[in-house]
Amino acid sequence: MSTNLVTLLPELVLTITGVIVMLAEPLIAPGRSRKPLGWVAIFGTLVAAIMINGQRQFTNIHGAVQGFYGTLQVDTFSVFFHFLIAAIVIVTLLGSLDYFEGPTTHAGEYFALICFGATGMMLMTSSVELLMVFIGLEISSISTYILAGFRKGQATASESSLKYFLLGSFATAFFLYGIALCFGATGSTSIAAIAQGFATTQMPLMAWLALAMVIIGLGFKVSAAPFHVWTPDVYQGAPAPVVGLMSTAPKAAAFAVLLRFLFNAAPMFRDHWITLIQILAVLSMCLGNLGALRQRDVKRMLAYSSIAHAGYILVAYAAFPQEAVAAVCFYTASYAAMNVGAFLVITQLTGFNESARTLDDYTGMALRRPVLSALLGLFLLSQIGIPFTGGFFGKFYVFTAAIHSGYTTLAIIGLANSGIACFYYLRLLAALYTRPVTEPPTEAAPAQAFSPAIGVALAATAIATLMLGIFPNQVLHLAQRATPINMPPAAMVSVPPAP
Amino acid sequence: MVPIAAYLILAAILFCIGIAAFLIKRNVISIFMSIELMLNAVNLTFVAFAHMWHQVSGQIFVFFVMVVAAAEAAVGLAIIIALFRSRQTLNVDQVNLMKN
Repeated sequence: MSTNLVTLLPELVLTITGVIVMLAEPLIAPGRSRKPLGWVAIFGTLVAAIMINGQRQFTNIHGAVQGFYGTLQVDTFSVFFHFLIAAIVIVTLLGSLDYFEGPTTHAGEYFALICFGATGMMLMTSSVELLMVFIGLEISSISTYILAGFRKGQATASESSLKYFLLGSFATAFFLYGIALCFGATGSTSIAAIAQGFATTQMPLMAWLALAMVIIGLGFKVSAAPFHVWTPDVYQGAPAPVVGLMSTAPKAAAFAVLLRFLFNAAPMFRDHWITLIQILAVLSMCLGNLGALRQRDVKRMLAYSSIAHAGYILVAYAAFPQEAVAAVCFYTASYAAMNVGAFLVITQLTGFNESARTLDDYTGMALRRPVLSALLGLFLLSQIGIPFTGGFFGKFYVFTAAIHSGYTTLAIIGLANSGIACFYYLRLLAALYTRPVTEPPTEAAPAQAFSPAIGVALAATAIATLMLGIFPNQVLHLAQRATPINMPPAAMVSVPPAP
Repeated sequence: MVPIAAYLILAAILFCIGIAAFLIKRNVISIFMSIELMLNAVNLTFVAFAHMWHQVSGQIFVFFVMVVAAAEAAVGLAIIIALFRSRQTLNVDQVNLMKN
């Protein structure tokens, strides 16, 4: 009983918080501020973070523990991603407290949906049973489908939400078919039992097909090319704080699932899946960066850049089994810091109605909003991979890991892509600091000072970006210890009789 | 007695029809139905394998897929209604405000 509770505590706290916020929402009179609900959600997430810390101490003493008949497992790996997701959620909540002031009357649902989404993402990272992974994936996906279309009045919002929903469900079907074929090849859906089953399977063709389907399904979720077509449209139409969340947290969770599945369930098919992952990585880096070069819309450009980042992370998978996990964990953490930060700044610069969209709107922004522009500059430099930022060490570890494993060509393609990426990040950065030719038409947007909550959120992301670049050791140490442990399947999963 | 392989081939065909319909159909509701078809193909696969391995866990999985598909349908139809309200169309070719 007690270990069951330990494995589920953070998710439990977040679910209860979400339910409380959801129930309290209609009790607040229409037109009143929904900010208190936002604070409740932040408080709940902080409590969940304390619970995750408790899990960390528990695993330090007892090692990895399983609960609920071997469906959930708390180990250093799940704790790392739990912390990452909790941090992203807290920062996003802080950054969007003021976002919904005035224009919508049901902002409470927004806070509740973020809590539910975080529950799903956390479940994904700690489950070692594909049924649980699927349920976590769906909890997080369904919440983000709604969040993407939260600005109902905007014409682009429902379009963005619809595209995300259709392609997300399409991907889920592939993922499920992959699980079904895994079950067919091994007779189980538990990752440890699948590993045993794959090793002795009579149906290798079915096992390879299962692997390919799972990789396709998760490839959609992390927006790796050629499964990236939804990303630019969805990110352009969704509210900026939501983009910050959904470009980092669900992707981190999906990368964690991919790590656990490929490394624990299918290490014997390494040669097969590494080829597939390499193709995805190269395509994502090239199509992402080349696509971003052509964009004038800033959110769309950052969407393509996030596709490229997914490609860099996939490069690390080739380094299996030595340094891959640490490199993936570190890169997702630094990517989360700089991307959430960038979208927080965009939230503050453009507001609910997105007064600034294209590069032209951003021209001369530094004259009007110097602090925010400087922060955006920092996040862009980090995305390029300039030394003393988190992005630099992220790329450094990923590419060295690939080289150490003998994938020099892959690392060179990655480095060349980082060079191409400089161009469009620097173009935006230069636009920020260029005096506009004509006075911008968006003069009407008042340059209001930002509230303490947003100040804290921005400071947190900026400090995280710099800390990861200057003192990466602490996080790197955590990342190196985060190994997805493959425990033997629980007693109830007996070896099935041969058909 | 129908062999297991027949069920698996039927499921694979249904899944492929679902993919084809998803790519070809232009009406949002039809696209949504093709996703449901793909999910049901998966369910059929699970049930066939559950019978093959004599494991009930495959059948339990099907229940979860059904529940999640219902939740997804609720959200999906709500999104489609929101789209129809703002655009008065269900044709995906006309839902393209964001192409450059």
